[in-house]
Amino acid sequence: MDTDDDFMSNVSSDEDMIQDDSDNEVSGDEDFGFDDEPDVYIDSQKDVEKKKAAYEVNYKVYQPSDVQKQQDDLVNEVNMILDISREEAAILLRHFRWNKERLIEDYMDRPNQVLDAAGLSQSSVRELKIRSVPGFACDICCEDEPGLESFALKCGHRYCVDCYRQYLSQKILGEGEAARIQCPSEGCNLIIDARSLDILVTPELTERYHELLHRTYVEDKDNLKWCPAPDCENVVECAVKKKDLDRIVPAVACLCGHRFCFGCALNDHQPAPCELVKRWLKKCADDSETANWISANTKECPKCNSTIEKNGGCNHMTCRKCKHEFCWMCMGLWSEHGTSWYNCNRYEEKSGVEARDAQARSRISLERYLHYYNRYANHEQSARLDKDIYHKTEKKMVQLQKESGMSWIEVQYLSAASQALQMCRQTLMWTYAFAFYLARNNLTEIFEDNQKDLEMAVEALSEMFERPITSLADPKLKVEIMDKTSYCNKRRVILLEDTAQNLAEGRWTFNTDLIGSSSNGGPSVRR
Amino acid sequence: MTSNKRITKELAECTTHPPVGITVTLPNDSDLHTWHVILDGPEDSVYAGGKFGLVVKLPTEYPFKAPTITFSTRIYHPNVTNDSPGNICLGLLKSDKWKPSTRLASVLESVRALLEEPQPEDPLEARIADEYRTDRKEFEKNARAYVQRYAKGPVKFDASSAGPADGNASQPGAATATATATGSGGSRT
Repeated sequence: MDTDDDFMSNVSSDEDMIQDDSDNEVSGDEDFGFDDEPDVYIDSQKDVEKKKAAYEVNYKVYQPSDVQKQQDDLVNEVNMILDISREEAAILLRHFRWNKERLIEDYMDRPNQVLDAAGLSQSSVRELKIRSVPGFACDICCEDEPGLESFALKCGHRYCVDCYRQYLSQKILGEGEAARIQCPSEGCNLIIDARSLDILVTPELTERYHELLHRTYVEDKDNLKWCPAPDCENVVECAVKKKDLDRIVPAVACLCGHRFCFGCALNDHQPAPCELVKRWLKKCADDSETANWISANTKECPKCNSTIEKNGGCNHMTCRKCKHEFCWMCMGLWSEHGTSWYNCNRYEEKSGVEARDAQARSRISLERYLHYYNRYANHEQSARLDKDIYHKTEKKMVQLQKESGMSWIEVQYLSAASQALQMCRQTLMWTYAFAFYLARNNLTEIFEDNQKDLEMAVEALSEMFERPITSLADPKLKVEIMDKTSYCNKRRVILLEDTAQNLAEGRWTFNTDLIGSSSNGGPSVRR
Repeated sequence: MTSNKRITKELAECTTHPPVGITVTLPNDSDLHTWHVILDGPEDSVYAGGKFGLVVKLPTEYPFKAPTITFSTRIYHPNVTNDSPGNICLGLLKSDKWKPSTRLASVLESVRALLEEPQPEDPLEARIADEYRTDRKEFEKNARAYVQRYAKGPVKFDASSAGPADGNASQPGAATATATATGSGGSRT
């Protein structure tokens, strides 16, 4: 038991993180001295060192306030180093997609070009405020009444405040633009900075503007992604790049509990790589599989075109609908077969043989697909049911406390079991999609063994978990469930570790059509 | 409405000092938001001698939103859809490029400039753009055929009556296409 737990905490999930410290001191010399620090990612080199298992990626979850702080910190830093205003620093950072190093380097080399490209003109600094200029006529609305309030950016293109406001609200509310709103003047690419915006717009627009800016920060950075769970505002940082996705499946877990793939934002689909998942989902969504089944199992009546499934051995078919009699083999009229019952001469004809081969091939590939699909779908459904059970678990735990007199802490094992069930089912489900695309080699057997072991463990745990409350109170069963839970988690880790390692080292071979796209990776992933 | 003053002013400018080759009229005096424009094919282009109808629609948010411009006369051009009404691909009309200070006169001048110099790298009609790049003679022939067929005589602004019936409409292109096909086939054998 204890050894299992130690092993688990070393390689697996977040809940065990607390126990981690003690293990690390023993296991990882290379980590020495770093582990007491909180998880701050200083550089990728350290990420590699800290990495514990092939199937895990390093990542960090940020809350909205953290994201704001990151932006502010970057802006402040650039503001100090380059001696430019915070507004300008923010615009430059956005222009460089928050790549601070490149910004500083480029700015040092050729400041004027950088400022121009980012839409920050170098002309004389005027005081930014709303004023009325004598003799002013707004070029947008053509109003020229005396005392008309107007505003101009550094470029000096002056427009009336009403037009400016309407322009901004069209951009911000209508087009969802924030980081790159230019001066309204034709041909002027000066970008409206946050301070000018604050002067010009109404509070409700400012709020939306900052929200959009906040969004562009996350969307501009390749190593940041929103947690896709509904209503979750957290952001996950992970260094895995798009081009790595055929080598690694970057599963991450948000603080909200949602587990997803950093590569494609779908639910965690380890061990199957993103590209494969995309194909699998498309294949399953396609009605073509239904059509495949029909083509493999049925023929059409030559007379009325009704679809007929042959359910007996006799080739003498009589269409139930139009009473047409024909031969299943050659589809010809039965009456023409004369007395040669059950022995169709035309069967040996070339076209007949070809048609038969085509049908057989179609049937085999269909059966193969259905084999994997049924298992995939079964785990998907079970995972859903287990999730329902998870919601009932809490009730069950309360009930169990009453029945057995155990404390809340003592019944936690049920929650752990339920979580393990869900995670393992999720993994199992994707092993079948993975296996469908896997070409046989000497490694597939190990994979299948791992799959089988995990599956058996999960089914056993599932069965125990569903026993009535009365028997759950039995301390012997409690120990069994805890053992099994730990075993399931362990099997899952072993399976994931094995597949991830082989994936990283390129040792899996996939069915022909996948090889082409995974080796030249990028374009097909992005499509 | 704030935009009316601007539109009235622009309209006055366009009618009193019209840009070269551009005639602006208001089909309905009570509706400032729909303009009818007659564009003379630029002299040194394949469209010379043709008169093209343009319908300009100004959105209620104008000038904060870009106007929409369509050809009511059919035209053989890489950047105009080869149907009726013909849609135009013009960079400065896209929402991220549009500036409220842009004047319609300059938009119309850009449309006319597009006739002088098509932009095949940003096409709406890929086939015509290809032809423009690879077989300029053929393109010019087709474009002139379209001018003869559709851009002579009184300009119409109603899309449905923009030239002869649709059945005939595709003929110039189709006929020349088969001609080239047999031509090249012949040279190969």
